[in-house]
Amino acid sequence: MTITEERGRAYGYADLPGLMSLMTGDEKHGPAATSTLDVLWVLYDRVLRVSPRRVDDPERDRFLLSKGHGPMAYYAVLAAKGFLPVAWLTGFGSYDSPLGHHPDRTLVPGVEIGSGSLGHGLPIAVGTALGLRAQGREAPGVWTLIGDAELDEGSNHEAIAFAGPAGLERLHTVVVDNSSASHALPGGIAARFEAAGWSAVTVDGRDHEALYAAFTAPHPGRPHVVVARVEPKSA
Amino acid sequence: MDTMRDRFAPVVSRLLDEDPRVAVVLAEIGKDGFAEAVRRHPDRVVNVGIREQLLVGAAAGLALTGMRPVVHTFASFLVERPFEQVKLDLGHQDAGAVLVSAAASYDWPAGGYTHMAPGDVALLDTLDGWTVHVPGHPDEAETLLRHAVAAGDDKVYVRLSVQANAGGRPVDGESFLPVRQGRSGVVVAVGPLLDAVLDATEGMDLTVLYATTVRPFDGAALRRATGTAGTDVVLVEPYLAGTSAGAVNEALSDVPHRVLGLGVGRRELRRYGRVEEHAAAHGLDARSLRERIGNFLGQGR
Repeated sequence: MTITEERGRAYGYADLPGLMSLMTGDEKHGPAATSTLDVLWVLYDRVLRVSPRRVDDPERDRFLLSKGHGPMAYYAVLAAKGFLPVAWLTGFGSYDSPLGHHPDRTLVPGVEIGSGSLGHGLPIAVGTALGLRAQGREAPGVWTLIGDAELDEGSNHEAIAFAGPAGLERLHTVVVDNSSASHALPGGIAARFEAAGWSAVTVDGRDHEALYAAFTAPHPGRPHVVVARVEPKSA
Repeated sequence: MDTMRDRFAPVVSRLLDEDPRVAVVLAEIGKDGFAEAVRRHPDRVVNVGIREQLLVGAAAGLALTGMRPVVHTFASFLVERPFEQVKLDLGHQDAGAVLVSAAASYDWPAGGYTHMAPGDVALLDTLDGWTVHVPGHPDEAETLLRHAVAAGDDKVYVRLSVQANAGGRPVDGESFLPVRQGRSGVVVAVGPLLDAVLDATEGMDLTVLYATTVRPFDGAALRRATGTAGTDVVLVEPYLAGTSAGAVNEALSDVPHRVLGLGVGRRELRRYGRVEEHAAAHGLDARSLRERIGNFLGQGR
């Protein structure tokens, strides 16, 4: 399925655990890293219109990783897709490496935002969608990935409440739900978005076909959230 | 006389017409001034509601797509409440914006401390790369707003106030302006405090520099002034006292010097009333300034 090659080597989904194992030193974020793996792979492999050759193309899709904790899956997918050299992975977290325990957009090709502090990606994604709309760029999709506990941040609720009535159709949020919030949202995550006028789908976050269908579901006139449920963090 | 804030919406509305990069982001406050502009540019005048974290985050997103966001609300809600957004969504992302505040340190004394932000410039001083304009007159506010929007993708803060000097001066968005020449000390008067400083130092043998762009701090102008007036320096700032003391020390690091930082006191006043009453309480009226400047320079001789 994959078409990206580096020095004659093509990487597929089966290679991701091996790529992730090259990164050591952030084991406390291990569960956070693996929870996002399938979502990231399906997005970069089948959905996002981005590539290493168009990281500055104004018509590219934007993917904003808000959940910057445990970025190993993210770096592995970016390496597999040729945005960064696989050789960078072994330096993960070291002084001379561009790959930190939280990503920095100014250091890593294809990374749209620096993240780690929770609750920033979705508000920035809202602004990105507004900016593209103001410039008449209808094609690019704007995606952000947040965690279920990250959703506790009030800044996300400001963005959710605004984006629905604003009709930001090109805005997409993926909530990776590994049941890590201490006080889960009453009524569930999707309901919170739906109350604000979003289109919402909840799926098995390990099922690639279900994820793909959810990511590509039509949602005319409304922003779209995909709640991707994975095994609980404590499991 | 109209206020600096009265100029804000008309000036920025014209910039919206002139420059397709410009976008305005509001959080309810100030939206009435953009009623006409939002009809002409519905996608470039955005009111996010009473959501100040989103206000700054959305501005950063706009900037990342190549737009030039102008962001406005009261200083306490623009710089203080979403400070981490200012630090990360703009600074860490390497994204620019023009933040334009109103209410200054105590423009609405009857409103109390919840609507005061004397620490805004000091807070921005903890971050890298901000340009800070503190106009002292509506005409200067207009000029500096235009400079701010035209400044590429820079991070710029424009601090508007109802306090103002009687007349505007030719400000250029960079330099301190020598207003008076003397031999026994330098007073740097910032923005709306110039008139009070000129009244206070009438008849004293002092150099007065007028500062409306305080970051970057025009250390070269200060050094030039000390050449004839000596290295006793008094800062008179309309925000937290001593905010620019570090910048003065840096400019004069290789010469013995003394600095007196006058401005708004750190202690919460817990009084309502009028602007003039607060200025006096902080020792920023002409009479208090004359006494404090005179004492400091008298001790130096």
